[in-house]
Amino acid sequence: MEVPILRQGQFLIASIQSALTDADLSHLREALIAQVGRSRCRGVIVDVTALDVMDSFAVRTLRDIAHMARLRGAETVIVGIQPDVAFAMVQLGLTLKGVATVLDLEEGLAFLNRRTEERSFDTKPRKPSGRG
Amino acid sequence: MDTKKSTSVSTRASEAPALSESSAGLLRELVAHLRQNRTQLREEWARRITRAELLTAMTEEEIFAEATAVYDNYVEALETGTFEALQAYSRRLSERIIPRGVETDEVVGIVLLLRDVLARSLFNKYQDNVEKLNRILDSYEPAANRIANTVAVGFVEERERIIRQQQEAIRELSTPVLQVRERLLILPIIGVIDPQRARQLTEQLLRAIRANRAKVVVIDVTGVAAMDSGVANHLVQTVEASRLLGATVIVTGLSPEIAQTLVTIGVDLSEMATVGDLQGGIEEAERLLADRAPPSTQIRELPPETNR
Repeated sequence: MEVPILRQGQFLIASIQSALTDADLSHLREALIAQVGRSRCRGVIVDVTALDVMDSFAVRTLRDIAHMARLRGAETVIVGIQPDVAFAMVQLGLTLKGVATVLDLEEGLAFLNRRTEERSFDTKPRKPSGRG
Repeated sequence: MDTKKSTSVSTRASEAPALSESSAGLLRELVAHLRQNRTQLREEWARRITRAELLTAMTEEEIFAEATAVYDNYVEALETGTFEALQAYSRRLSERIIPRGVETDEVVGIVLLLRDVLARSLFNKYQDNVEKLNRILDSYEPAANRIANTVAVGFVEERERIIRQQQEAIRELSTPVLQVRERLLILPIIGVIDPQRARQLTEQLLRAIRANRAKVVVIDVTGVAAMDSGVANHLVQTVEASRLLGATVIVTGLSPEIAQTLVTIGVDLSEMATVGDLQGGIEEAERLLADRAPPSTQIRELPPETNR
């Protein structure tokens, strides 16, 4: 099943609607990475709210997406992991280390907005209100 | 007590010829006898209960009222052979008397007394006709045993239900997740953490993080006396799971003993932010919240060696 990838300003949003096979996941990864470059976006949000189960392949694919997108110049954030899924994941040792995770889509957008602001501060003179 | 009695009786009964075709008739006769002598028998029973110093938590009138109800239910169960009414009654009875401190042995005792009182009245009635007495006892004993069983089991089940309910209540009470201010939760843990409680605690915390959209959680373990590796690992897992929901966890109040234990047994706590006491934890949390960036970005920064 195809995962729709939506463009919202500088960010791409991939909203997973149902359980995905390994092939679907690989396809999602390729489509996202290709589109990051094409649309010159600064951030990627993967919404997994609808997933009740997250296996090792899914977790690895999410981590790969985050790392590959970073190499292509975009921050990735995973949003909407369910409490039960989160606990099952850590029990299996699948902790998504090094990947940003936040509660929901709204938080994800706020997170990316902050991150892209921070990054532009790095190259520009710092504003007085900027973070120290 | 019960088994001994029924064995001795059944030995005696086995000497008598089995007359199953008339056992229904005998049971009817028995029930009629019990109905006829209702007043006298239940008075005798109540007297014996008082004399045996059972149900001391209850007044004599109460004992007599309950005795009447038990007696009627008892006879009815003997007559119909169905135990639903008796079961329901013994459940209600248990609900009434458990809060007053009635013990299991008292309940078993009074039921066995009733059995005894009734059996004695049967001995008296049929003392001239031993063969008929045996046949009557053949029908009476199994039913009476089952009745005694039903009441006792009903009582014990009710007790267990209450114990379970209270355990649940204690668990719920002992792990409150408190919101201090917007996006900041506190989870004070007090007492012993067993694996089951640890699990429940994590579930509650993760749900609360979602419900309150928390960004920072302070887990205070000042009230925890000891921690083994299982619980410590569970704590680490809870921190990880919270991060997956976008919340940073700060652990406060680790006692010197626990700190020593954790380091000695080699639990990896490098991922865990710890602050000495609850006050410091809340200050740190407020700093993280004031810092507009999501607090966990600091530890989310990708270490070079894990980069693929």
